[in-house]
Formats: sequence, C-alpha cells, structure tokens
Amino acid sequence: MSEATGIGASVKRREDLRFITGSGTYTDDMNQPGQAYAVFLRSPYARAKIGAIDSSEAMAIEGVLAVYTGQDTAADGLGDIPCGWLVKSKDGSDMVAAPHPPLAVTQTNYVGEPYGIVIAESVAVAKQAAEAVTTEFTELNAVVDVASAAQSEQIHEGVVDNLAYDWELGEKAATEAALASAAHVTELDIINNRLIPNAIEPRAAIGCHDRVADHFTLYTTSQNPHLERLILSAFVKIAPEHKLRIVSPDVGGGFGSKIFVYAEETAVIWASKKVGRPVKWTAERGESFLADAHGRDHVTHAELGLDADGRFVALKVRTTANLGAYLSTFGAAVPTYLYGTLMAGQYKTPNIYVEVQGVYTNTAPVDAYRGAGRPEATYVVERLVETAARELGKDPTDLRRMNMIQPGDFPYETPVALVYDTGDYEASLDKALEHSDYQGIDARRVEARERGKRRGIGFACYIEACGLAPSQLAIQLGAGVGLYESGEVRMHPTGSVTVFTGSHSHGQGHETTFAQVVSTKLGVPFEDVEIVHGDTGRVEFGLGTYGSRSLAVGGSALVMASEKIIAKARIIAAHMMETEADNVTFADGVFSSSNQQVTIQEVAFAAYVPADYPEDLEPGLSEKAFYDPENFTYPAGTHVAEVEIDETTGVVELVNFVAVDDFGHIVNPMIVDGQVHGGVAQGVGQALLEHGIYDENGQLLTGSFMDYCMPRADDLPDFTVDTTVTPCTHNPLGVKGCGEAGAIGSPAAVMNAITDALGVKDISMPATSEKVWRALRRE
Amino acid sequence: MEQSGEFRIGSSREEVWRALNDPVVLAKCIDGCQSMEKLADDEFTAIVKAKIGPVSATFKASLKLTDLNPPESYSLNADVKGGPAGFGKGVADVTLIEDGDATVLRYGVSASVGGKLAQIGSRFIDAAARKMANDFFSAFQGELDPESVETAVDTVSADAGQSPPTAPAGQWKIWAVVFVALVIAFVLTI
Repeated sequence: MSEATGIGASVKRREDLRFITGSGTYTDDMNQPGQAYAVFLRSPYARAKIGAIDSSEAMAIEGVLAVYTGQDTAADGLGDIPCGWLVKSKDGSDMVAAPHPPLAVTQTNYVGEPYGIVIAESVAVAKQAAEAVTTEFTELNAVVDVASAAQSEQIHEGVVDNLAYDWELGEKAATEAALASAAHVTELDIINNRLIPNAIEPRAAIGCHDRVADHFTLYTTSQNPHLERLILSAFVKIAPEHKLRIVSPDVGGGFGSKIFVYAEETAVIWASKKVGRPVKWTAERGESFLADAHGRDHVTHAELGLDADGRFVALKVRTTANLGAYLSTFGAAVPTYLYGTLMAGQYKTPNIYVEVQGVYTNTAPVDAYRGAGRPEATYVVERLVETAARELGKDPTDLRRMNMIQPGDFPYETPVALVYDTGDYEASLDKALEHSDYQGIDARRVEARERGKRRGIGFACYIEACGLAPSQLAIQLGAGVGLYESGEVRMHPTGSVTVFTGSHSHGQGHETTFAQVVSTKLGVPFEDVEIVHGDTGRVEFGLGTYGSRSLAVGGSALVMASEKIIAKARIIAAHMMETEADNVTFADGVFSSSNQQVTIQEVAFAAYVPADYPEDLEPGLSEKAFYDPENFTYPAGTHVAEVEIDETTGVVELVNFVAVDDFGHIVNPMIVDGQVHGGVAQGVGQALLEHGIYDENGQLLTGSFMDYCMPRADDLPDFTVDTTVTPCTHNPLGVKGCGEAGAIGSPAAVMNAITDALGVKDISMPATSEKVWRALRRE
Repeated sequence: MEQSGEFRIGSSREEVWRALNDPVVLAKCIDGCQSMEKLADDEFTAIVKAKIGPVSATFKASLKLTDLNPPESYSLNADVKGGPAGFGKGVADVTLIEDGDATVLRYGVSASVGGKLAQIGSRFIDAAARKMANDFFSAFQGELDPESVETAVDTVSADAGQSPPTAPAGQWKIWAVVFVALVIAFVLTI
C-alpha cells in the first residue's frame, strides 16, 4: 500500500476524474432556487466624475428587479474594501491607502471599475437593462504612465504625488559607499511587464440570504474563503462571521488573482439581501481582463558592484511599482516584502539597498500573480548578474558560482531581512548544466548560424521565500492577519478519515497530496482518506492558498493533527492490549506491544464505542491543529533556457528549457512536475508573449485574447525537469513549496538567452518578433 | 486613431456644403439613425439605436462645427456616447475642393474611442472606419444625386495601409458592435 500511494509516490490525481470528464462543480455550475442574475455597470473612462445616473428606462424593462449604484451601497453603510497589508514609508509614516468602495460612488478610477449592479430575471435582461442605464460622466485626465505618475494629476484626495508609499530596505549609505569603491559597476534599466492573469475559469459568485435565519452564503471562486469571510465581515460589514458562510467549490485556476476580495463578489452578496433573491454573477472574459487584479508592472534602475575578482560587493535597486487605482488585498506587500527581501538571491552580496515607490495610476489594481514579487526580484538580480559576466568577459555560471552562498554558510542571514535555513545552490546548477549540455553550446551556435539562426543560452539561479509565513514576523511587517494554517483529521468509527484543511485547492491537487500525507502518517489506506476544503461552514479556519504555502504550512498542520490522533490512539491501544502507552509502538497503522497488535481502525472503533475504555479519556478520535511556521521556506534552483532566433523574421523559438529545483522533500513527484511545467509556461509567456497595455487615456488595448497573447503548447519545448533535495529544516515534512518556482526563474533565463543570442545588453519583455527584429538591426 | 481620405461627389460645392449641414440628409445616410436635430447653425445632436442579437445600445452624439469657412472648409468636433458599448470622440477637418462640376471632399480625422470599443475593437478600427466612411459617402452621394450612385468614385486612402483582418466565425457580434459604433463614432465625426 505505502509503495504505491504513500509520501513520495506519483499517485494519479484523484480530482482529475471529475475535471477531465466535465463533472467538476464550479460556481457557475451551481444554481439556487429563485436565483436572479447580475450584470455590472462599469466605467468606460479611466478617470471620471460620476454625475446623474438614470435607471428609469432600465427599471421599466420586464424582468428587471433592481439597479443599485455606489450611492446605495454607501447609504447601506457598506465599508470600503481594505488592503490586508500595511507598508510603512522610509520616514516611518503609514502608506496612504485610498478608499476603495465596493461600487464607485463619486469617481471612477480605472476602465471597467464597477459603479452599479443591475439585477434581473436573466443575464440577457440584465444586460439589456444595463445598456438602458444612462450615466453622466465628466471625464478627467487619466494617469497611466508609471514612471511619471508622481508628477501627474492627483488621482485620490489626500494622496500627494499619487504615492502610496516610499519604502526602503537595507543599508543605503553602506551600499552606496561599496558601489563607489567597486572595481566594476553593472547598471540596468529594467521594465517588468504588466500581466493579466487569465485563469481558465473567470470569477463568479452566487450570493444567498436566508431571511429567516438572517444568514448569508456566498458561493465564489476564492483561493481563501476564510480570509474572504473575515474581510467581508470585519471590514465591509456584510454580516458577522457566524452569519456568513463562504463556499469555494471547484475553482478553475487562480494564480493569485482569486486571493483578493473584489467589488463584484461583495456587491452580489450584499444585493442578495436587498432583492430577497439569490443573485448570480459570472464574469465574461472581457470583464476578467478589465477588472481582475493584474500582475508585475515595475520600472527599475539597478546597479551591481563587483570587486576586481568578480565578487559582488553591493546591489542597489530603485523601483517604481504600479499599484493600479486602489490597493488590492495584498497589493502593498507584493512589491515590497515579497520583492525587496529577495534581492540577495543565491549570493553573498554584503551590501544591499532597495527602495520602492508604490504609485497609484488609473489602471486596474495590481496584486499577486504567480510568484508575486519574487519573479520581479529574480529578474533584477539574474539579468544584472548575467550582464555583469558579459561585461567582465567571465562565464556567467562561473561568476555565479564564485558568489553563491555555500552549504556550510546556513543558516545565512541576508542583508535584506531573511534567514535562509538551508540549500545547496551549486548542486542544482551542476545538474542543470549537465541536463542542458552547456559544454556543447558553442557547437550548437555554429550549427544554428548555418541555418540562419542565432542561438543563445541563458541562466537564472533563483531563490524564493514561500510557505507564508511566520505569523509574528508577518504581522510585524504589516500583515493584517497571521499566516498559520489549520487542519483537522477526523477518524470515523470504522477507521476511514475525513480531513479538513484551511488551504484551498484550485488546480494544485490537494485532494491527492494531502491524502498521501495523512494516509502515510496514520497508516490507513489512501482510499480511506478524503480531503475537505473551501467551505467556511465545514472547515474551522484557514488562510488559503498562495505563496506556495499549502503543503509547507497546511500540510504541516495535518501532520500535527495526525500526530495528536496517534498520541490519543496509543493510549487507547495500550488499554486494549493491557499495557502502558510507553510500551506501545506504532508503525503502518498498527499499534504493537511485546506480544499483541491492534490496528488503528480497531482503536477508532473503541474510541467511538467505549465499552472498555481508559479512565479520564474522552471518547472520539478527531483532532485539530494550527501550524504556524518558524520561518519562510526557501526553494531555489537553476533554470536554463536556450533559444534560436530567426535572423530574417526576429521570431524567437524556445528550443530547450531545463529546470532543476530544490523543493525539499517531495510528496508527489508527478504533481510537482506539473506545477513546474505550468509555472515555466507562464514565465515563458511573460518573457515572449504577454503584455497588458493601456493607451495614454487609460483604455485597455489588450482586452481580449486577440490582443493579449497567452502561451500555447506549440510555443514551448518539452521541458527537462529535475530536482535536488535539501529538506526544509523547520517543518515536519521537510517540504518547501513548488507552485511558483517555474514562473519565478524562467523569465530571466529566457531573456538572458535572448540577449545572449542577440548580443545586446537588454531588450524588454515580451520579446516579440518585432522588438527582436529591430534589435537585430540595431534600431 | 488617425485617418484621412477623399471622395469625389458629382454635385457642386454649394450643394455639397448645404447637404452636409442638413440634418435630414445626414440622418438618411446613417443606418439606424433615430433622430438628428439641429440645435444651432453649428450644433447638432443625433440618436442612433442599434440592436444586434443580445447587444443593443443607444448612441448619443453631439456635434459642433468650428472654423466655419463656407463653402470651403470646416472642422467638426464630435462626442459620442454608447453606454456599456463605450464612447468615441474626435475632430474632423473637412475641405471641399471644386473639381469641374463635381466636388472633392477631403477629410482628416483624429479620434479616440473608449470602453468596450477600445477593449475589443481597437485593432479593427482603422479598417472598419474606412468601410463606414465609404458607406456613408455612397449614401450621401445618392441623396444628392440619385443618378450618380453607380459612378461614385472611391478614392479613399488611409495612412494605416493594412488590409482588414478577416473575422473568425463567432466573432460577428463583436464586429457588429464595432461597426455600429463606428458608424456613429467615426462617420458622424466627418
């Protein structure tokens, strides 16, 4: 049993049967009796004063139930949607969070911002009614350009220079002094392109209100239903937590974009009570483009100082981060604590200083997107390192090796607030070089040249901090909540097990991985363990899935709960075998004394049918645990990209991609492979194809798949994915997290390969054929 | 969006000028035009309702003539609102040049669109606007001189120079919205 389904086995994902047979239950698959449908009124302007709204014609249409606007939500006392992380500026002052009402009241601040909700008997009627609403807007000048946002018109009252915060980390004076005396300084101006998430399933919600119990239920596409309940309850004031249940059923991908509390879901649950009917909303793709939180969007100047031997002496980074029109749930933290803290990378750079200006613009809010801050940090560090190697005529892998933190250096405290617990960075680099046949690259370049192609190779030796997060540290740094995770293991009288986790699975495979963990720990068959997640009515508490935290934090909670089960079961088993608990051993689901054995299933039965039972012991066999990590986990690895560029057309072909990652121990290698594949595909998408573009008036020009290019299978080679293992030192599974690594390492690796092939210092992402064609002609 | 072009119309410059300032004539040349009202000599409003499948929108346009130099040239400022379908605004510089018995109308348009039009339609706007301009002037020519419709000369040229992409199956609704809105956002601007 344990060979096939235990920890370390590539068990096929049990959830896939329903996903691949179309039997999943997504929010839009659900329907409630008496359900009505919502369509949102959205601002066509990037920045406009809202004048009179005339809904009389809309209300006259048969089947229209209500038209509510921001005036109505405000009149009902609905609170603003808060940012969950408070960042402080250099001078110690709090960031300036502009009020973010669920529906805009007096002014809209990005194209697509909802300012009203139309509710009708059908989607078609609601759409017709939305078109019949006339709204007088007075268009104002939009602030779109990130770099000049501080010098532009003020978007929000009280937000001077459109600046939410001016944040710093590290020692400025020491870093500048070290740069001044460095033998060589490599400088780069870097743009990290804006991305639009595009999960396959768009956001959706059904709000229900039970008038008799005055109880709300919101079915929605959330990566963290308990956090959504907390915010909707404590800040937006929908209802107290015991009167509000959030159910997040099957969710078709999130990538961060479904972490956040959004206006639409908030309006839907509120409106369900107003109209006295369940209200359903499913975003159309065009709405997802406009109103899902976007990702990345940084403008950065970075300098790396090296001594005469090539050792890094200082790194100085200045970034302007686009936060969009409002601070989304984690929007303030992503370009600061999830970015600046990663600037040491895998290297012993002694002096690091990072400053980040977070600016408001009249664009959709920007927040966490797969990797969240860490792809941006890796891009800065790894583009700089590769460029420095070229400028100094050194092999880029040798330069990295010379500067890497060595296995004997751990725990290693970086100059930017983190303590890496463990790692062996050269082991991953060595393996990646072997897989990518680095020795043979020169021959491959020559061969490609004969075919009219430029071949290039690029590296990224990334590190990430995930397994969010030690609660006290996170709260000190401004988090509004702790970042532990809860788990409950409920053993039934016949020995089968239901597991409740606060993490949420929306493609990650928790139902399989977590069952492997618990079945291995308890020694029960894999088939006897079922995982429940995504329902605040069934799971006690949780903080959700993001930051590659599910297994490292949520899985650890399940290990703790399982250990509590075993501890109690051991006492019952000892009683059954008429011996002391100390004399009882446990292995593979069997308790043994010197001459007897009982199975954990027999113990479970005894716990629920306590005929002959230890004195002073409660019946039942169900345990809960909250696991609060001691530290972040630090997955790290080397990604190698090899590209060929057609000299005539400028088309870039990714011909080879190697990812060697250290995720610590691995529970299900097949799922880990899949996570890396997906992450790499997204990172390659950022490097080659994807770019969210607003015009100078703040109109979204890339508002559909005609203009926003997602990666497809034929854009990608067959990846080589491998791992090295240094177990995490501080969680019981020794795991680190694998969900984001692919998207973190790959953009820098691909762009290093392209600039290598072209022989240019920099080219901005995405490296479209036009940009590359111009670069080939030195335009 | 920038575009320019010219049309040869088989009527005298005075006749063309008069027609361009006649709301009744203009209304007839725009498919779906519900009303066109002259508020002052240099100000019009228009309402056009269009419904294609589930998408319907009422476009409200206000037009203002400036730099009037009859019967030779004028500028036209347009502001068109279509609710959820988006909006358009822009300015057109129109010049009428005598060419024998006929008149050459030369125009240059600078316009911008927003909302759904920009989100979904920006890629098609140049090509679609050119087609709509063609259709409008064919109708306009017909109004002025019904005999001459067959011989109307299309000499439209635009700086973009790209051929219009083919609409994939199922995209017709988007196209339809774009076209209808462009009738308003662009043609009215001329």
